[in-house]
Amino acid sequence: MDNQLIAWLLAAAQTALFVGAAPLLAGWTKRVKCHMQNRAAPAVWQPYRDLAKLFRKELVIAENASWLFRATPYVVFSAMLLAAAAIPLVAVDLPTGAIADVIVLVGFFALARFFTALAGMDIGTAFGGMGASREMTIAALAEPAMLMAVFTLSMTAASTNLSAAMGYVLDTGLVLRPSFLFALLGIAMVAVAETGRIPVDNPATHLELTMIHEAMVLEYSGRHLALIEWAGQIKLMIYAVLVVNIFWPWGIAREFTMEALGLGVAAAAAKLMLAMVILVVWETVLAKMRIFRVPEFLGFAFVLSLLGMLTHVVLETGG
Amino acid sequence: MTSPDWIALLAADLSRGGASVAEQPAAGLAPARLVTIDADRWGELARSAAAAGCRWAAGWGEDAGDAIVVNVVLARSGTYLVARTQIDRRTPVLPSHTPAFPVADRPERHTQDMLGVVFTDHPDARRWTRHQAWTDAENPLRKDFPAAGNPPPLAPGDHQYKFFFAHGPGVYEIPVGPVHAGIIEPGHFRFQAVGETVLNLEERLGYVHKGIEKIAEGRDAAGLARLAARVSGDTTVAHAWAACMAMEQAAALAVPERALWLRALMCERERVANHLGDIGAILNDIAFTFGFYQFMRLREEWTRLSRDLFGHRFMMDCVVPGGVAADLEPAQATRVHDQITGFRAQLDRLLAIVREQPSVEDRLLTAGALKPEHAAALGCTGYVGRASGVDYDVRRDAPYPPYDRLRVEVPVYRYGDIAARVRVRAEETQASFDLIDQLLAGLPAGAIRGDWAPPAAGAEGLGIVEGWRGEIVTHVRFAEGGRIARFFPRDPSWTTWPALELLIHDNIVPDFPVCNKSVNGSYSGHDL
Repeated sequence: MDNQLIAWLLAAAQTALFVGAAPLLAGWTKRVKCHMQNRAAPAVWQPYRDLAKLFRKELVIAENASWLFRATPYVVFSAMLLAAAAIPLVAVDLPTGAIADVIVLVGFFALARFFTALAGMDIGTAFGGMGASREMTIAALAEPAMLMAVFTLSMTAASTNLSAAMGYVLDTGLVLRPSFLFALLGIAMVAVAETGRIPVDNPATHLELTMIHEAMVLEYSGRHLALIEWAGQIKLMIYAVLVVNIFWPWGIAREFTMEALGLGVAAAAAKLMLAMVILVVWETVLAKMRIFRVPEFLGFAFVLSLLGMLTHVVLETGG
Repeated sequence: MTSPDWIALLAADLSRGGASVAEQPAAGLAPARLVTIDADRWGELARSAAAAGCRWAAGWGEDAGDAIVVNVVLARSGTYLVARTQIDRRTPVLPSHTPAFPVADRPERHTQDMLGVVFTDHPDARRWTRHQAWTDAENPLRKDFPAAGNPPPLAPGDHQYKFFFAHGPGVYEIPVGPVHAGIIEPGHFRFQAVGETVLNLEERLGYVHKGIEKIAEGRDAAGLARLAARVSGDTTVAHAWAACMAMEQAAALAVPERALWLRALMCERERVANHLGDIGAILNDIAFTFGFYQFMRLREEWTRLSRDLFGHRFMMDCVVPGGVAADLEPAQATRVHDQITGFRAQLDRLLAIVREQPSVEDRLLTAGALKPEHAAALGCTGYVGRASGVDYDVRRDAPYPPYDRLRVEVPVYRYGDIAARVRVRAEETQASFDLIDQLLAGLPAGAIRGDWAPPAAGAEGLGIVEGWRGEIVTHVRFAEGGRIARFFPRDPSWTTWPALELLIHDNIVPDFPVCNKSVNGSYSGHDL
């Protein structure tokens, strides 16, 4: 077998691992959260059981639903699948990583969001429209902040390709870059908003009127809901991987040997588990904010990302 | 209270206007006094009472054969007045109290639906309790109406109710409920909103109408106590106590002192359990999950001890006519005391965490503020009233035994926001701990249950009890053979549901759930 084929096989395996492990990460998050709140936790496998249950369940679709409503779960899931394929989880320099850069990644998210918002409005319930309008308000502020943070990294690494950026960080070794700290904070705040976590949205609420993401998908059931939930878990994992692998890429495999790949898997798992513990602590000590505070929150994320770029220009390029 | 005799002044004021007002002896209604007044002067009564600063506490009708009797309870600084009038059964027309007392709106519409009374100058004559399963020609509380009703095989959908309507650029409507995404009681809320700001909220309740008033008819005293315990499941002790108090007053029955003290003990335990649960639920609605689980854990431990003491987590059916059904052993008293000692420390720590959390403070301060003048106009009692400056507590201001011998601390705030309602709940919980300690220390010995002796036909009684939501007013009238002729329990939710419509103004739509939870009106207690 030539190297090219092995690389493609590895890329496929990494994507499968990404998509397959996303529910596990959600289960881990839930478990840590339960422990933080002093209550008995479900097994980490619970999200798999939930997904399996939803896939088996009957589909209930509103009478006035159009093709948009039916197509959206597949579009959303596919977008997340493609995004996951483009992100180096275990190894860098895989061929899928070269297909898409980080701007395309933001584009995948925008595509999924666009369809979710349309599907929310398609049914014609007040909640769908309300959720769609809130989601769009947040997205309009989150996307620039995200791009700004990403550009800071790209300017440092002189590439918008994630593999290249990670490779650059690995090559230069542990250097304290103020611009990265700002960008990290900015991207972490965007991640919280984009994945619908506290304090922006509450993924566990049953209160229709407070929902953002859940309000749009309130009418989904059965396998449609399973795909949307799974896509949500993948999205959470994508953001977690972005944060941990861009800022701490150490451990990721740079050559395709068994040892390197094994270390890559172990490193990714350890980093993700730690990242989720931090997320859970953050979610436990905070209450959800009022919805009109969210623009301030994301505005702050944008300012941090902008500061990251400015410090990069001022401090790190003059030389 | 050393206020002048406002009831005599009110009667004199009305008599000068030419009304025939007569004070009647009514031992069963004590401490309330009873006056009768001509039907055509009914509206003047409301205007004079409003001018005199009275609170409109309750209103209900009775089918008395040829006539329909309509009652209202007016209150001022701890004294109660029952005003009564009669109207002809075939032309049941009466002036409305709603123009003078906005809180009379829904009780009068309830009377209109249940007894067919037409309130002439009522500003809003839409049905209230009546849904599509019975027609507007049917009046379930009239004696000739069968308890089972005449329901159609399939009740038509209720979509003709005319909600208030708003239009303009950017105005949209959000219908919520009666089926919700969580497992909560059913109620419909219709919002008009611009962006996220609420222009108007209209409630549509009645989905848990169980016909409690109708099925009470013909029961014996024990049966009524059991029914009253189910008016609202979370207020089972206070409602049963109010119903038993009304029946015992009607029968002029002396209840053993120990039984009264045990009732108070149960009532305070019910108050603590609900306040703890409410604080937790409010924190859950703002996604402060740590606080939610901690308060729920406390509530669970509390209700488990209630089960060990009295055989039921919510102490349902423990209050019976003539006394209580369960006694407290000395060893159990020690357990109650020990639990309170532990709870005080835990509650202090938890409340400190909640108060010091800026993200919690940010959600609760200024949100859902009920203005003191609105709370006073609606006659809100309980934590909703006391968070908005209504300094009233039946236990302190119109004390019934055993509270006449206890010291009751009543926290009052004027901000009226969610934070104030949380604070009142927390301090009432601590006050209840003190009360339970006082009750344990002074618990008299003796029997816990007296013999029940049914009163004569026509005897009536009034029970006024401070439940955990506020003042409960219950009226009971007996028929022949100790059977019940009329039972009307007025849950405090009748006053707090309209308050929710007011306090939500200019708040944002996603803050509604936590505003609603901070008021926590009972659907079941209101729908009856």
